[in-house]
Amino acid sequence: MTIGILAVQGAFIEHERMLESLGVSCRQLRQKSDLSGLDGVVLPGGESTVQNKLLRELDMLDPLRDMIKGGLPVLATCAGLILLAEHISNDPAVCLGTMPVTVRRNAYGRQTGSFMKEAPFEGVGDVNMIFIRAPYIEEAGKGVQVLARVDGRISAARFGSQLGISFHPELGGDTRIHQYFLQMVKGRKQN
Amino acid sequence: MEYKQQYELNKGLAKMLKGGVIMDVTTPEQARIAEEAGACAVMALERIPADIRAAGGVSRMSDPKMIKGIQQAVSIPVMAKCRIGHFAEAQILQAIDIDYIDESEVLSPADDVYHIDKRRFKVPFVCGARDLGEALRRISEGAAMIRTKGEPGTGDVVQAVRHMRKMNAQIKALVCMREDELYEEAKKLQVPYDLVRYVHDHGALPVVNFAAGGIATPADAALMMQLGAEGVFVGSGIFKSGDPAKRAAAIVKATANFTDASLLAELSEDLGEAMVGINESEIKIIMEERGQ
Repeated sequence: MTIGILAVQGAFIEHERMLESLGVSCRQLRQKSDLSGLDGVVLPGGESTVQNKLLRELDMLDPLRDMIKGGLPVLATCAGLILLAEHISNDPAVCLGTMPVTVRRNAYGRQTGSFMKEAPFEGVGDVNMIFIRAPYIEEAGKGVQVLARVDGRISAARFGSQLGISFHPELGGDTRIHQYFLQMVKGRKQN
Repeated sequence: MEYKQQYELNKGLAKMLKGGVIMDVTTPEQARIAEEAGACAVMALERIPADIRAAGGVSRMSDPKMIKGIQQAVSIPVMAKCRIGHFAEAQILQAIDIDYIDESEVLSPADDVYHIDKRRFKVPFVCGARDLGEALRRISEGAAMIRTKGEPGTGDVVQAVRHMRKMNAQIKALVCMREDELYEEAKKLQVPYDLVRYVHDHGALPVVNFAAGGIATPADAALMMQLGAEGVFVGSGIFKSGDPAKRAAAIVKATANFTDASLLAELSEDLGEAMVGINESEIKIIMEERGQ
């Protein structure tokens, strides 16, 4: 099994270390030629404006969108969730647009609004969620399953093989969300 | 929230900036150019280092009104500088909800003995360092991110290279030491044992480490990334050049694909004039020596 991790900018090493600790081989995705032969893909945290721009300019956007629309499992955290969202309520710059959700960028304000909170994550249990200049999901469209809420706001959701999370499961030592994602990948490989 | 959690969040924000370029900007217009070019954050300041050098005199924290204008202009994180040891300037920057404070040698130091006790703040700090001892002293004071000092405002990358190589060599040496040698090393470096122990066990600093000072071209950015920087700050190099938007975008792409020489060649083409630059032997003010 090979999981590709978008590595144009952001906290991609943290995802790589976590997946490798679970015995999975990873590949950093920096160019179009890195995109073939993947069983799943991770869109990490970082600055969504930078990642969006580089995906376009490195000609990675269209092939990646086709792969995700074709059912390739994807784990998207924080900025990654913004890349997946069909609508962004406070920014016109839609990137992949494959997940029918409306996301609000920098929804908790600047860095002094960043926080941690323990909350239940469906199918996983209670998780310590780390929000850093985080977005949240304002509206989940048809077919979207809400997996977690914090203070009434959606912090995790799944649409088919797309898992969108507004916090950072790659920080800290809890691997359960990555294991949940790997189950999605294995489930697809078996079908 | 307890300090430990806040520190994790603050170190976490620096992790989100990795692989990116943080650009010095002096106006909302420049901030928008930087954001469109792919900056992962901007540093708001009244004068870029090259102009601070040219103007001479005492250089202080920027006007909060000017910083707020930049905060309103962009959606990416906004950083700002305060003088070394000037905790009142830092309090002001925290009050206007800045995302990161740079306790910076680029400004005139306000205290020639003490740095700011950064643990007393909610907002994160980045600090410059020339070697492992300086880096770990700043971290023990509460810095959540480190950058090389380099020599700001020169367009000369030699000091940043020197600082990055020295830090990496010292980290490697520490990893190779016997455990019973670490106590003496902590004494030599003038830093707490626990931080020395962390570096010995992990082979890295406990916080993100960027390159800064004198980076002016895509090749400079690629050089620093290949030497182990986790991202770069570009100060005077962009808005002192002939075509800032193009140069900024090229440096962003070079930082993302820092080992692909053919792409770097393409990115280095036709960028217009680079900032003029001053050699280290020609400068009067040595900023890297401020705050040790």
